[in-house]
This record gives sequence, C-alpha cells and structure tokens, in this order.
Amino acid sequence: MSSVSNAAKPVDLDKPKAKNKKRSQWAEVWRRLKKNKMAMVGLAIIGAIVFCAIFADVIADYDSVVIKQNLKARMEGPSAEHILGTDEFGRDIFARMVHGARVSLQVGLIAVGLAIGIGGSLGAIAGYYGGRLDNIIMRCMDVFLAIPSILLAIAIVSALGPSLFNLMLAIGISSVPSYARIVRASVLSIRDQEFIEAARAIGANDFRIITKHIIPNALAPVIVQATLGVAGAILSTAGLSFIGMGIQPPAPEWGAMLSGGRQYLRYAAHITAFPGVAIMITILALNLLGDGLRDALDPRLKS
Amino acid sequence: MLKYIGRRLLMLIPVLLGVTFIVFSIMYMTPGDPAQLILGESAPPEAVAELRADMGLDDPFIVQYGRFVKNAVQGDFGKSYTTKRDVFSEIFARFPNTLKLAGVGVALAIAIGIPVGIISATRQYSVLDNVSMIGALLGVSMPNFWLGLMLILFFSVNLGVLPSSGSGTFLHIILPAITLGTGSAAIITRMTRSSMLEVIRQDFIRTARAKGVAEKKVINKHALKNALIPVITVIGLQFGYLLGGAVLTETVFSWPGVGRLLVEAIRAKDTPTVLASVVFMATTFSFVNLLVDVLYAYVDPRIKSQYQ
Repeated sequence: MSSVSNAAKPVDLDKPKAKNKKRSQWAEVWRRLKKNKMAMVGLAIIGAIVFCAIFADVIADYDSVVIKQNLKARMEGPSAEHILGTDEFGRDIFARMVHGARVSLQVGLIAVGLAIGIGGSLGAIAGYYGGRLDNIIMRCMDVFLAIPSILLAIAIVSALGPSLFNLMLAIGISSVPSYARIVRASVLSIRDQEFIEAARAIGANDFRIITKHIIPNALAPVIVQATLGVAGAILSTAGLSFIGMGIQPPAPEWGAMLSGGRQYLRYAAHITAFPGVAIMITILALNLLGDGLRDALDPRLKS
Repeated sequence: MLKYIGRRLLMLIPVLLGVTFIVFSIMYMTPGDPAQLILGESAPPEAVAELRADMGLDDPFIVQYGRFVKNAVQGDFGKSYTTKRDVFSEIFARFPNTLKLAGVGVALAIAIGIPVGIISATRQYSVLDNVSMIGALLGVSMPNFWLGLMLILFFSVNLGVLPSSGSGTFLHIILPAITLGTGSAAIITRMTRSSMLEVIRQDFIRTARAKGVAEKKVINKHALKNALIPVITVIGLQFGYLLGGAVLTETVFSWPGVGRLLVEAIRAKDTPTVLASVVFMATTFSFVNLLVDVLYAYVDPRIKSQYQ
C-alpha cells in the first residue's frame, strides 16, 4: 500500500555524487595536462592569440590603421614605426595580423561549433537508435567523406559567394562527418552497458539518457578532435582566402595577406612571410594542445 | 578475394551517385543566370529565354539532375560557359598532371615518412626521435601554399636553382611535390611511429626476441608488417587530402592541373567545369580508397582469411 506513494517519486541518485565525481575527473585531466610542458606552451600561445583577437581594436584601430591605404609607405621593411613592415598598400602588417587573428578564430570556432552541433547530433541519433536509421545516416556521411573536405568547402563557397558567414558554413559542413563518426562510436561503446538499462528502468526517457549519460561520455574524443578541428578550419580559411574564395579585401585575413604579397615575393618577402608564420604558430599551438589533451584524456593512462 | 573486390565496387556506385547529387545540388544554388552569362550582358531577353529553354534550365531540379547523371555516365559534362569547349576533354587533358603531382607527392611522403617513423620508434627519445617529431609537428602546422612560396623564394629567387612555375622537366616537379608532400610526410611519420611503438610492446615481439631472433629481423620481419597495416589506411586518406591540397599547390606553381582549372572556373563562374572537376576528384579519391581497402584486406591476414 505505502509503496504507491514511494514509487511516484523517482529518486535522483546521480546529482550530488556525480558533481563530486565530475569535478575531480576534470581536475585530474587538468592536472595531467599541466604536466605536459609542450601542451602548456601551446595553451599559452593560444591564450596570447585569443587576447589579440579580443583586444584587436584596442591594439590597432580598424579604419585608420588596418584598412586605410598609405601609398607613400608601400612595402617597407620592419622598422620602429611598423614592427613588421608595411604591405603592398602601405598598411601596417602587424596591425593587420592582429585583426586577422580575430577573423581566423571566429571562423575556426564557429565552423567547428556548427560541425559538432550537426555532426554530434547525427552521430548520437545514429548510434543510439541503430538499425536502418544508423545505416542511412552513416551512408550519407560516407558520401560526404568521399569528397575531399577542401573541395566541398570550395564548392559551397563558390555557389553561395565568398563571405565570412558562407566560409563558416562551408568549413563547418565539410567537417560534419568526422564528428558524427566520433560521437557514434562513443554512443555505441556505452549504449549497451548496464547503467543505461538501469536509467531506463527508473523511467528516464531517451532525450534524458542521451543528454545526461551518453554525451558526457563522448566529450573527451570530441574535445580532442575539436581542438585539431579549429586548427584545420583556420588552415582551410587561409587556403580559401588565398585563392580568393574567402574573406574579401580589404578585410585582413592571414591567407589573403599571403596572396596579396605573392607578386612582390622577390622584393618584399616579408609581406608573405610574416602572416604565414602567424598561421604556422597558431596551428602548431593548437596541435600541441590537442596532442596534450589526447594524452591527458586517454583512459588507458589512468593509474 | 574477387568477391570482396566485386562487392566493394558495387557499393561504390551509390556513393558516387550521392557525390554527384550533393555537388550538383550545391552548384544548383549558384545565383545568376547561366544563359545570361554565356550570351553576355547586352543580349536581348528573348535570346536568353530561348537559350534557357534549350539548355533545359527551366526544368525542375530532379529532371536537370537526372539529365546530368545520364550525360555524365556517357562522359558528357557539358560545355564550359567561358571557353565553350567540352568540359570532359578539358579536365581529361589536365588530369594526368594532377595525378602526376599527387603521385610524386605521395611517393615522397611515404619514402620519407615510413623510414623516419620506424627509426624514431626504434630509437625512442633519442635525439633523432625528438628532431623528427619536432619536424613532423612543423610539417603538419605549415600551410602548404606558404611553404610553396617560401621554397620559391629560397630556391628560385635567391638561389636560382629550381624553376618556380610550369611543368615539363623533372626539375619542374620537385618544388611542387615537396610542397604537396610535406604535410602528408609528417602525418605518415607520426602514424608509423605510434603504430610501431604499439606493435613493439606486444608479446609476440618479446617472444621473438626471447627466441634469439636478431633485432634487425625482429623489426623488419615481424614488427614492420604488423605496424604498417594501419599506416596503409592513412596513406589512402592522405591521397584525398593531396587532391584537395593540389588546388592550392597548383595555383602557387602555375601547375597545369585540374586544381588550377577549378580555381579559374570558380572565378569565371563556369559552373559545369566546377561541377565536373569536383566530381572527378571525388571519384578518383573513391577509387584510391577502394584500392587501399583491397590492399588492406590482402595484407591483413585476419581479413584475408575471411574470404578464403
């Protein structure tokens, strides 16, 4: 008789314990990451770049320094006034590079965010429900993977027109399949475990199971892939802008700056060299961080 | 084994159809009127309307797509909007150049990547290992078009040793191939190293050493064969990356390949050429992956035994 009133209230057993467990889990990951010196170097570099991106307007005003042409001071080498010299239109290269960081990070983060949102959802649905739905979704992903991602991005941008938004869309869409695969693999690995069955037994619906149990499990490989994905997105952005398919001039973008300096390679190599170094350092830092995260999150290394 | 190949070939058909559907749909969304583009700004509206009807541009999407596939299978990809020439023959003329570049790039990447990866693994934490890993990290982080420009600066402008554009002689392919292959070489190096490290730790290697097998034989005969299996898959995937990267490399070095054709076609809004180029490269990539999968099945005894 009394069991009726007891059964009406599902006991939420996982809240307080999970919070403690989660906090120490992430703290443990952070501790392991800190031990990896190269990953910390990468993190520091990224921090500096993010700083530049956020405070770009403070470091160099957009209208007067970044896009205003000064044809009297064209292609000057590094000097006290212009730390990295001027480009083919007389604009300060350092200022343009700082603003370029903002563009690159924007595209990188939003494109990857888009890819995780769409790809992750598709992967979770495919892995969780299995069967024909899984088959259909994964066949679609295979078709997308048959097209080299740069080409897919180029096709999308060429159809929709070059702009910041279309660039994010194009790179994001071309990255969807890898996140779908990762999330699906994670889902498959824990879908049949007992605690999922237990959660269902006490009445949790599918949505709750997916969001509370399955997604936290998939987080680790997605984070690693996302870090490397931002690096790839920044490279793609630079590449697309290099061939004129990206951000349109006079907006500063590292790849576009490289393209602009190409014809003056013989006389003013610094216009091409410096933005390229910026790209390389950014990608390097992201790779170091990504590798470090992968090692820190690797369950096999848990002692 | 033939059954496996046959089945994989059959599975390729819906994938290729899907690829044509996706790329066609994307290009279908291009704004602008192709008929107007061909005839020019000052053409009378009646002529434009007539050309539209002729080209079938007023038909529903599915009809246009069906027509595209039907023609494509017969090798007809239409005529370029800009040069008015047959698109297929244009691509076909340039395709060997891109294949040559990608081929040499991959060969270079393998020739450097695998040996360095093996040596790094067998001498873990040595100076050589550290230098290789730093080099690999740099190789992965460098934008390949920037590397190309820096190579041109160093070897063509300053040293005058290698040509910076065009094709034809052996010298012409060196810089583009290095540019294209560096990223892949870095990835293959890292993959080989980590795969070797994993294999070396396994019990059967310990057994071989305990049996007294010479170290060189242990590495070359026992460890290598097993370690290279996942590397093969990576190489296949790298080929796709190379086909995409060829677009940028061909632009930097003015290499007469499909990549450069694609870039020019995009600038000129020449949709049939863009469409056909992307489909071409995706198809090539699919076939390369098929080859890699067959090779993988042939080399990995676990899979081979399933089909015998």
